[in-house]
Amino acid sequence: MTDAVSTATRPGRPAISGVVRRLPEYLMIWVPLLFSAAHLVSFSLWTIWISFTPSTLVPVSGWVGLRNYTAVMASRNWQIAFDNLLLFGSAFVLLSLVTGLVLAILLDQRIRGENVLRSIFLYPLAVSFVVTGTVWSWLLNPGIGIQKLVHDLGWTSFRFDWLVNRDMAIWTIVIAAIWQSSGFAMALFLAGLRSVDADIIKAAQIDGAGPIRIYRRVILPTLWPITITVVVVQLQFAISAFDLVRALTNGGPGIATQLPALVVYDLMFQRGLLGRGAAAAVLMLLILLAVLLPYAAWRYFRRATHA
Amino acid sequence: MAALSIRALSKRYANLEVLKGIDLDIESGEFTVLVGPSGCGKSTLLNIVAGLDRASDGTIEIGGRIVNDVPPKDRDIAMVFQSYALYPSMTVRQNITFGMECRHVPKAEQEKAVANVAKLLQIEPLLGRKPSQLSGGQRQRVAMGRALVRDPLLFLFDEPLSNLDAKLRVEMRMEIKRLHQRIGATIVYVTHDQVEAMTMATRIAVMHQGEVQQFADPDTVYRYPANLFVARFMGSPPMNTMRARLEAENGGPVVVIGAGRPDEVRLRLRGYDAAAPFVGREVVLGIRPECIAEGSRVFAGDAPIIVNAPVEMVEPTGAETIVLLRLGGEPAMARITPDIRPTPGASAAFALDTRRICLFDPETERLIA
Repeated sequence: MTDAVSTATRPGRPAISGVVRRLPEYLMIWVPLLFSAAHLVSFSLWTIWISFTPSTLVPVSGWVGLRNYTAVMASRNWQIAFDNLLLFGSAFVLLSLVTGLVLAILLDQRIRGENVLRSIFLYPLAVSFVVTGTVWSWLLNPGIGIQKLVHDLGWTSFRFDWLVNRDMAIWTIVIAAIWQSSGFAMALFLAGLRSVDADIIKAAQIDGAGPIRIYRRVILPTLWPITITVVVVQLQFAISAFDLVRALTNGGPGIATQLPALVVYDLMFQRGLLGRGAAAAVLMLLILLAVLLPYAAWRYFRRATHA
Repeated sequence: MAALSIRALSKRYANLEVLKGIDLDIESGEFTVLVGPSGCGKSTLLNIVAGLDRASDGTIEIGGRIVNDVPPKDRDIAMVFQSYALYPSMTVRQNITFGMECRHVPKAEQEKAVANVAKLLQIEPLLGRKPSQLSGGQRQRVAMGRALVRDPLLFLFDEPLSNLDAKLRVEMRMEIKRLHQRIGATIVYVTHDQVEAMTMATRIAVMHQGEVQQFADPDTVYRYPANLFVARFMGSPPMNTMRARLEAENGGPVVVIGAGRPDEVRLRLRGYDAAAPFVGREVVLGIRPECIAEGSRVFAGDAPIIVNAPVEMVEPTGAETIVLLRLGGEPAMARITPDIRPTPGASAAFALDTRRICLFDPETERLIA
């Protein structure tokens, strides 16, 4: 392997032996890439096709036009899931952005033990969503979690029952998701803060700007490309969120915390309505594209104007 | 009045002493260049003057006021940075007005000040642009505009030209000098480039290992370097320095290079009375490359002193030819006219200008005469 890599950078090799020597690279890069691309594309196309068929328990051919879509969009389940997504998506993205930024600014003050703190804040990212969901479902369970702890400490009128409260349950998902991923936002913001030229801050000090003005006028405006990246990454997590919700609330109480991915799972594998499930999945894909396409366009134009 | 007085200033980081007792007095209207190799402490000194770093000991006075505990914004200074340090998200206009905005200067006054500075630096067409849309030279100009608009007691420049390409650097060098002549500001300018120091300064402070080696006007620094470090640092190519012996002959001092060798060089010195105590001892002789020329050159004054010396290497630069030769076995550089190209390996005649020879004490490395 090392041999192939080192020869790859050396020009002027005879063509045939070059190809042979680089064969391991081709195999390692292209085979998995083609395989996963084929997987992704073929299954996406297959799902799109299914969404136009009257398939129920097993896939069948046939054409029902947009009937599956209208049925899904008319269902109360989907409407609640969509409303929840709007609330969860915006609250989670906004709050994790703010949390991450505040943590990054605090860490940026050249404090002692920064490395330890940074690892602690980043650590939740290494935990699987199922674990996060399960642990938070215990913590938030009024009978065994935080509420019980406070009761045992003597404050018996304390109430923290969001997990079982119809109106508040969605916020438990927001809390768990922020706990899990604001470390990611922090890491990106911290890198951005650290890349600001120290001379710029010195210049601002000489110009007479205090710390708040320096952050507001000089440093934070340089972070907006990072902010957009963070927003897009978090949004696509929010849109496709499944495991966290399934472990934490499983859509409940009732269907109060239903999210699109749960609806897809429910339709496909619990109710045996493949066609409708596929239609819901395609709708999710469209929502994702609504986020990712503008982002791709922005990246493209940014690169074009900076070149 | 002294615009800037630095007294017994020192700076220590843990066990590392970066500045060791600096004393400098800079008069109002002077263009002082702090020059030295990297790591000599010149930028640290500038940062301490600006208030971006704290001194371990000593005092700094700006305009007669001790400013050790005064924050940078209240020191009445402006600074231009090597990286320009423009605020990337602001337009050129906002970059220039940001300081006034922080000091709550009325809008109308800000407008007037920007207009003046933009005219002075010819950056009027750039006012609406962002720094990323400017070239290096334009950024440099804006950075100077940001400093000028403040009209401070003291301008601090931290290697402002070292990020520019060679051609632009020469242009900006002249422009800064012209600017100084026009507005008569007091400038402290840090650079590692001795050419910048020689061309721009009214006084040069040569720094090395946290100490000021010499603080004098450019001609003095060049002609009478205080010690061997200054002699070897200023000038390009630097001053030739070589071991020699001082002897007395017919009552006058004679410096002998390569004493005892068949090719020893004996040079009679005139007006070097200060060297008398060193007669009969080893000295270090310094001679600038331009004081060694082709044999036909006549240096003003006395009869020419001609030496035959072996040529080792020839470097034509276009404007002159640099020759590496051996004087009494010691290597030396000579600057001769461009159209003469001695053959490497052969001997050639060289004229020496002995009036500008420097003698240094080999122990203290200080200038004797």
